[in-house]
Amino acid sequence: MTDNPTNTAEEIDGPRRDFLLISTSALGAAGVAVAAWPFIHSINPAADVLALASTEVDLSAIEEGQSVTVMWRGKPVFIRHRSAAEIAEAESVDTSDLKDPESDADRVQKAQWLVTVGVCTHLGCIPSGQSVGDNRGEFGGWYCPCHGSHYDTSGRIRKGPAPFNLPVPPYAFTEDTMIVIG
Amino acid sequence: MSAPSNKKFENRLVQWIDDRLPIFSYADANVIAYPTPKNLNYWWNYGSLAGIILVIMLVTGIFLAMNYQPHADVAFASVERIVRDVNYGWLLRYLHMNGASMFFIVVYIHMFRGLYYGSYKAPREILWMVGVTIYLAMMATAFMGYVLPWGQMSFWGATVITNLFSAFPLVGDYIVTWIWGGFSVDVPTINRFFVWHYLLPFILIGLVIVHLWALHVHKSNNPLGIDIKSPQDMMPFHPFYTIKDLYGLGLFMIFFMYFVFFAPNFFGEPDNYIPANPMVTPPHIVPEWYFLPFYAILRAVPDKLGGVLLMFAGVFVLYVLPWLDTSKVRSATFRPIFKQMYWIFFLDCIFLGYIGFNSPDEQLLGMKMLYWGRIATAYYFFHFLVLLPLIGKLETPKPLPSSIYEEVAKKCRAKED
Ligand code: HEM
Ligand code: FES
Repeated sequence: MTDNPTNTAEEIDGPRRDFLLISTSALGAAGVAVAAWPFIHSINPAADVLALASTEVDLSAIEEGQSVTVMWRGKPVFIRHRSAAEIAEAESVDTSDLKDPESDADRVQKAQWLVTVGVCTHLGCIPSGQSVGDNRGEFGGWYCPCHGSHYDTSGRIRKGPAPFNLPVPPYAFTEDTMIVIG
Repeated sequence: MSAPSNKKFENRLVQWIDDRLPIFSYADANVIAYPTPKNLNYWWNYGSLAGIILVIMLVTGIFLAMNYQPHADVAFASVERIVRDVNYGWLLRYLHMNGASMFFIVVYIHMFRGLYYGSYKAPREILWMVGVTIYLAMMATAFMGYVLPWGQMSFWGATVITNLFSAFPLVGDYIVTWIWGGFSVDVPTINRFFVWHYLLPFILIGLVIVHLWALHVHKSNNPLGIDIKSPQDMMPFHPFYTIKDLYGLGLFMIFFMYFVFFAPNFFGEPDNYIPANPMVTPPHIVPEWYFLPFYAILRAVPDKLGGVLLMFAGVFVLYVLPWLDTSKVRSATFRPIFKQMYWIFFLDCIFLGYIGFNSPDEQLLGMKMLYWGRIATAYYFFHFLVLLPLIGKLETPKPLPSSIYEEVAKKCRAKED
C-alpha cells in the first residue's frame, strides 16, 4: 500500500479481478473435465457387452484327452480334460524352474479340468494344440506358431518369448460337470 | 483472416514459433485485438453460439458414431442400445438430438438479426450468401441425420423428401433411384446417408471459415447499421466480447440443458420410436419443426413440380436478397415502414410453420389450412419480390447518427444523468 490513504482503482480492482478470473477459469476447467467424462466412458464396454461376459459350459461331453474351445468375452477359452499322465507331468514340475512360477494346483479347481484363456501372452496369437493331431510344442501343452512359445500341460510358459502363463479365467462349477466362466 | 499484425510477443518461444508460423499473430488479430463495433447488442451473440453448437454436434456425433450401425436391419436397435446400454449413451444422443433443434433456433435468430439490421447489404453480400449456403448444408445434414435412427418418421420422411426429386420431368425417377441406390429407401440409402451426415459437418466447418473470413474483411455490422469510421467506434474483441459471448453461452446452455435433461423428446415425434416399416405409413407425417414453413409452401401449390420449385425458391430467394432490398440504409431502426413490414414478415414465417404442422384439411377461422397456406406463401414471396424493392424507393428513412462513437457516448451521458 502507498502513503496515499485512499487506494487507487488499480489497487482495489486488481486483486478482485484476479480472484474473479482465476476462480471462474478454475470452475470452467473443472466443468470441462466433468463434461469430458461421459464421452470418455461411453466408449468403455457397454452394459450389454458386460452382460454377455459370462459363458456356461457343459463338460460332460468332453472325453478324457479331448479339448474344447469356447468363446468368452470374444476370446477363446481352452478347456482340456487332462489324462492322468498329463496331470502327473504338470504336477511334477519344480516351480522354481519356471519363468512365471505357479504350481499346477493353483491353476485348476479339479485336477482333470484345465481351463485357460487361449491367447498367447506374447502378442496375442491363438496357440495350437486343441486337436489331437496339432503341434503341442515340446511340453505337450500348446505351441504358439507366431513366435514359437511352448506351453505345458498346465498352460504354463516353458520356452519362447511369451512372458506369462496362459491366464486362468474366473470360473465356478455349478454342477459336477457344468462350469460358468466369468 | 485479416493480415497478421506486427505484434511482438514477450515469450521468446511464442515469438520463435510466430516468426515461422504466425498462428499467434493471427489469433491476436482475429479474436484478441480484433476491432469490434462498440455498440453490438445481444443479437450479435448468436454467431459465436452457432459455432459452439457446431462443435458440440461434431463431438457428440463422433462419439455416437462409435456405437451406431448404419444398416437397415440393426440401425434402430443400435440407437436403442446407445440409449439403454452404452455408458452415458442417453446423454450423447439427447445432446445431439436436441442440439440439432438448438442449432436451428440459434441460426434462425442469427438470420433474422441480419434481416433486421440489413447485414446482407453492401459490402457484406458474400458474407450473407455464404451464410445461406451454410443454412442449406445444415438442412441437408439435419435431414439425413434424422433418417439414421430408422424409425417410422425417419423412413417415411426420407421417402417423402427424396421423392420430391421425382417431380422433375424425364430425369426425376432416375434421380430418385440414384439417391436411393435401389427401388426404395433401403439398406444402401441408410449407408450413404450416414456417410453424408458424417461428412457434411466438416464441409460446414469449411464454410464457416469462409464466412468468418468475409466477416473480418469489413467487420461486424452493428445495430445502427452505419459504417465504422474511426478507431473510436471500436473496441478490442477480448475481453469485451469474449466475456459477453461467454455470458450468453451460459444462459443458452441452461435453456439447452433443460431440454436435454427434462424434456429430451420435446422436439421429436413419438412415431420415431416405432421401427421403420416399409409396409405401413404413419397416418400423420410431419417433418422436424425447422422445416415446417417450407413444408407449408410445398403443400400450398396444387402442382407437384410447382410445389417443389417454389419450396426451393423460398430458400434461394435469400441469395438475391441483397439486390432486392433497394434501400441504402441498413438498420430497421431508421426505416419506419420497413420495420413494420419486417415484423409482419416474421409473423408470416411463424404462421407458415404453424400451417406446415397442421393437416391441410383442418379448419382455421372458417377456412381450410390449405388456403391459409396459399395466402401465407404468397405473402412470403410478396415481401421479398415486391415490398422490399418498393419500400426502399418510397420510404423516407430517419436521419442517421453521425458515428457509432457519438451515439454510444450520448447513451452513456444519459445514463449518468
Ligand atoms: C453454422 C452456422 C453459422 C455459424 C457458425 C455462423 C457464424 C457466424 C459468426 C461467428 C458471426 C459473427 C458474429 C455475429 O455477427 O453474430 C456471423 C456473422 C454473420 N452471419 Fe453467420 N453463421 C452461421 C450461419 C449463418 C446463416 C445461415 C446466415 C444467413 C443466411 C448467416 C449470416 C451472417 C451474417 C450476414 C453475418 C454478419 C452479421 C453482422 O455483422 O451484422 N450466418 N456468423
Ligand atoms: S504371439 Fe505367441 S509367440 Fe508371439
